[in-house]
Amino acid sequence: MPLIYYKLLDLACVIGIVFGIRLMNSPETARKGNLIGAVSILIAISATMIGSQIVHLKALWISMASGAVIGSLLAVYVTMTQMPQLVALLNGFGGAASAIVALVVLTGAAVDISGIAKLPGVLALVIGSITFSGSLVAVAKLDGRITPLPVILRGHFILNLLTLIAIGILIPITILAPSGTAAIFSVLSMLVSLIFGLLFVIRIGGADMPIAISLLNSLSGIAAATVGLATSNLLVVAVGAIVGSAGIVLTKIMCRAMNSSILDVLMGKTALSTPQTTPGSVGPDVSPQNAPTAESIDAAVDKAAAIIHAAKKIIIVPGYGMALAQAQGQLKRLLDVFEEKGKKVKFAIHPVAGRMPGHMNVLLAEVEVPYDKLSPMENVNPEFEQTDVALVVGANDVVNPAAKTAQGTPIYGMPVLDVSEADYVIICNKDTRPGYAGVNNPLYLPNKNIILILGDAAETLDKLLEKL
Amino acid sequence: MNDWLLPILFIIAALAGYRLITDVPSLLHTPLMSGMNALSGVTVSGALVAAALAVGTRSQFFGAVAVVLATINVVGGFLVTDRMLKMFKHDKS
Repeated sequence: MPLIYYKLLDLACVIGIVFGIRLMNSPETARKGNLIGAVSILIAISATMIGSQIVHLKALWISMASGAVIGSLLAVYVTMTQMPQLVALLNGFGGAASAIVALVVLTGAAVDISGIAKLPGVLALVIGSITFSGSLVAVAKLDGRITPLPVILRGHFILNLLTLIAIGILIPITILAPSGTAAIFSVLSMLVSLIFGLLFVIRIGGADMPIAISLLNSLSGIAAATVGLATSNLLVVAVGAIVGSAGIVLTKIMCRAMNSSILDVLMGKTALSTPQTTPGSVGPDVSPQNAPTAESIDAAVDKAAAIIHAAKKIIIVPGYGMALAQAQGQLKRLLDVFEEKGKKVKFAIHPVAGRMPGHMNVLLAEVEVPYDKLSPMENVNPEFEQTDVALVVGANDVVNPAAKTAQGTPIYGMPVLDVSEADYVIICNKDTRPGYAGVNNPLYLPNKNIILILGDAAETLDKLLEKL
Repeated sequence: MNDWLLPILFIIAALAGYRLITDVPSLLHTPLMSGMNALSGVTVSGALVAAALAVGTRSQFFGAVAVVLATINVVGGFLVTDRMLKMFKHDKS
């Protein structure tokens, strides 16, 4: 079959993938869209193997089979709470694969390339390596293997800058190097890029992870696209570019929701990762709460139950604390109880609640909360005014009204859920410590319309369920 | 293939991707991201050719490693996306 047919087949696969992503715009059709994408990739891989006449190579089949088994196991056994780690890990693998392909193309392929034709290969090497090490650091942070807090080395900014400059110098050197030394410079570029990825992500804090993951996702796509340019592969160029810009869109959405910019993230000074020398010293003063006793918790639960009993409309606001306490099941039971009693119930989802974009939705969908009960912030915010009770479960920064008033604090200007507009606010948080941003939350101040039930959210909600 | 064709394709695809992703509701951002993640494993296509064309045992070994990693990315990504999307259900009442 002439080469042109394979190119046309590749193009058809690209169109299939675009159509598949288009179907991702509604939960009704998204599953079909994902399937179309997967089938397109399968066809493209088969076409590559047949077209390049490499079907007979057993090593390739063994490699693909082992990758498929490992991938399936990861996909089946991961919990929804661990989803950010898995996405970051897979992302890292994709980046590593791109970097390795680039290395092979640059140093050990049968085809001899030289001069400017090496540019995409070198870029793929650099971007793929950054994606790989950056993603692994993100996995370690998300999985609690290293501290989720920003790790800032002495002279971190200078180090970042120096590694970037080194990469900038190594790229042309690797391109222009005579074939004898090209391998050395390729490996050197890879090492420096790996260091940059590490330095770049290590200083990003846990709450900023949605931005970091989106950005790394974008980088893995760009790495793939440059591999496509280096290997003249139409499909890989197109799909890599789509993934690259998808990651940028998500990064932008996350940045907007956190009141920071892509540039800020690149410079390592995102709103929530700015270290507070004395945590909690920023924003309005919160008088220290007395440690909750069993009696005070019971009293608060009784009061909350009475308020809920009288309420007609309730909005539930979940945060990452819900995931930490694994209180999703309790929330679903509350939803059922509320609806049985004829109350109107909604969930308000802040775009950066959780550790990756849309994380809360997946956690709640897993416990069978229907997706039409999950409202994004911009839709639900005007509704708090007509709401009897806002029930906050494990959320802090995303409901902190200080974001509107406390100028000069890291969260100032960040859009938040207006829970205090509701008649009553019931807060089921672990403690009254400030969130990641280190800004005190005025909702914790004594207020007759705010009921604070401190402790493990799952236990608190169990008690509440008993009373209802 | 012409030298300029692929860079142009890159730009068109990036713009199309931008448009497509903007339309996806925040409700589906997690599965969207893992789906995009799976797609970035398309680099497996390049890895296969590189592994096959590699000269020398070391390069062949690296090529095989790239194929394994990219396949984990593709297969794991699509399966986990499907697992998540399966959970999203409409309110029956």
